Amino acid sequence: MRIALVGQPNCGKSTLFNSVSGYKTAVSNFPGTTIEFVSSRVRLGGREFELVDLPGIYSLSAPDTEERVARDYLFDNRPDVVVNIMDASVLSRSLELTLELLGTGIPLVVCLNMVDEALRKGISIDMDRLAEETGVPVVPTVAVRGKGVAELFEKALEIGGRAGTGRTIPLSLDVEKVIGELEPSASPAAEKLGVPPRLLSVMLLEEDEQFVEAVAKNYPDLEERSAALRARISERHGRPADMVISSERHGLAMNLFERVARVKPRERITLVEQIDHYVMGPFSGYIFLAAVLLVFFISVFNVGKHLEEPLLEWFEGFIIHLSGRLDASSLLFTVTNGLIQGFSGGIGIVLPYLIPFIIGLALLEDVGYLPRAAFLMDSIMHRVGLHGKSIIPFVLSYGCNVPAIMAVRVMERRRDRFVTSVLSTMVPCAARTTIIFALVAFYLGPVTAGLLYVLNILVIAIAGSLLTRVMPEISPGMIIEIPAYRLPSLRSIAAKLWFRLREFIVIAWPFLIVGSVVLSLLDYFHLSGRINGFLAPFTSGLLGLPPEVGITLIFGILRKELTLIMLVQALGTSDFSVVMSQEQLLVFTVFTLFYVPCLATLGMLRSVAGISGMFFTLIVNTAIGAVAALGVRAFFMLV
Amino acid sequence: MITTLDKMRSGEKVTVRNILGGHDLRRRLGSLGIHPDDELEVIRSGFFGGPLLVRIHGVEIGLGKGMAEKIEVEPEAGP
Repeated sequence: MRIALVGQPNCGKSTLFNSVSGYKTAVSNFPGTTIEFVSSRVRLGGREFELVDLPGIYSLSAPDTEERVARDYLFDNRPDVVVNIMDASVLSRSLELTLELLGTGIPLVVCLNMVDEALRKGISIDMDRLAEETGVPVVPTVAVRGKGVAELFEKALEIGGRAGTGRTIPLSLDVEKVIGELEPSASPAAEKLGVPPRLLSVMLLEEDEQFVEAVAKNYPDLEERSAALRARISERHGRPADMVISSERHGLAMNLFERVARVKPRERITLVEQIDHYVMGPFSGYIFLAAVLLVFFISVFNVGKHLEEPLLEWFEGFIIHLSGRLDASSLLFTVTNGLIQGFSGGIGIVLPYLIPFIIGLALLEDVGYLPRAAFLMDSIMHRVGLHGKSIIPFVLSYGCNVPAIMAVRVMERRRDRFVTSVLSTMVPCAARTTIIFALVAFYLGPVTAGLLYVLNILVIAIAGSLLTRVMPEISPGMIIEIPAYRLPSLRSIAAKLWFRLREFIVIAWPFLIVGSVVLSLLDYFHLSGRINGFLAPFTSGLLGLPPEVGITLIFGILRKELTLIMLVQALGTSDFSVVMSQEQLLVFTVFTLFYVPCLATLGMLRSVAGISGMFFTLIVNTAIGAVAALGVRAFFMLV
Repeated sequence: MITTLDKMRSGEKVTVRNILGGHDLRRRLGSLGIHPDDELEVIRSGFFGGPLLVRIHGVEIGLGKGMAEKIEVEPEAGP
């Protein structure tokens, strides 16, 4: 038995999913896309079934990739039951999706989630009436507290696999007449495509891209008829046919809402609204945003640091202990050392930052602040060819790129995700910040170091504008729903933590470990000298740095922190000014600031942006690093 | 008097009259619940050429300036 969860964004779908999904949760991609859906085998009340959480969609007929993909899933993989979950306090709009789902003929259960929220807003819903009007069972829930969840799935299992009982609520008379005319001709095509004839007819009349394309190929007459009928509707109503139909469906949803719900008029501005006034205000909003980001960043950084130090110390001690036991010059030791480095990198460096980050982000997400932040940042982000939503990965990158790239998923469009991933890898993570401090702030003064951060932002802005020219934005602008504030739930945060951690462990970490071993082997076979020589034309010739720096840069790919450590080893001293001039220090730092992201980040990039995305970032970043470093060198030569 | 949404100030109530855009735009706005003849209230007008915050059917929605320019509205008459 397969149950699919379908609902609009912000309806608590993930909370519902998380509250019942077991540990056997799998994240899969829709075939041929990077859009994911989550599924799990669930055992509830003695019954077992598969639960699929489809991405939040507003409507079955909107053009966004995610909507299309979720829709395809419904038609191609016909689940046994669909649970249509909605935010009961936004009932009127949610019902539009419900009406569309009724049209698919798949057995449906309506889940009114957040009924407590609705009551608070003064909305009381007659569920029996709603069930009557729609012809399907209606179950109230408060998913975040687990209320009603068992009953919901019981009901779903009950009706699953049986014939759908949903009623078709008719549109206006003359539109229905047109549908009636088209249906018979659409029947054969509908059967082939696996959808009810009525649904296909409506889709064609609404000029749905995907269906029109599917039909035009094999049933050109049908498409011709549809076109003619569309014209008829639009002549009759003075508007394009799709607008007529969607407006009517909208009207139906409104009417249905009015018949089943009673709304108490709002008396005065609530406290929450007053808070929002400041959170979203033209000046206070930005101050608040800066404060939130600062607190977030500092907290993550601090927690991370406090966890990192003792952990790394422990690992260091372990290696020393090991070198006492094993012959330090043996191959076994080298490989083991490499393995340990890889492990310690993950546990000691990434996880201490990753865990507080995930928790912090989950908190912000659940409370409902993220869309507000995106709203505030939108106009600024647009100048760089991005969305307001990009602010999150960017700020997070100052701590560590790995979770920042994970956060890139908050954006809906692939193009935005790609551009944001690429640009956020250029933001100096904590490791790179240590390099800036140790090399530049220390030897050239804090002002120069500060300027480096500014330079960094400028470069990112320029890169962003260039990328935009190459990959122009398809969307004319932002439309984002600002949900109500909610109290975060421990359960939800724990679930998200587990989920994201698992992702890092399975994807990024192996990269790190393997790379670590490889580099240890390089060292063992005394290839460092060879590599330095190989890179000399670049390091020495182009950038004017001491050639020993070569192997350092290679290690820097593994972990940015290693750059510093290896530099000491390579140069034979920790007082860098002895071996490198101020100019060289600056050139080196600028280059390491931008070039190849660390292996863990590359691993994450591969997962989010594909192998091509990973290589693109690798190449672009290194190129920009080289150009910037050269620029600095040139600057020194002129001054 | 018909004008576009981006010109509205905070606190104004308007009725949507038309969407000046193609298929795609109508769908995107429609799926979020914005249709002709709907009433909406402007909570925050765009500042620094930035997005607007409106309330429609009890839901708050942020709209970029580019979007707001494409939504034709008629302000509610009266005091």
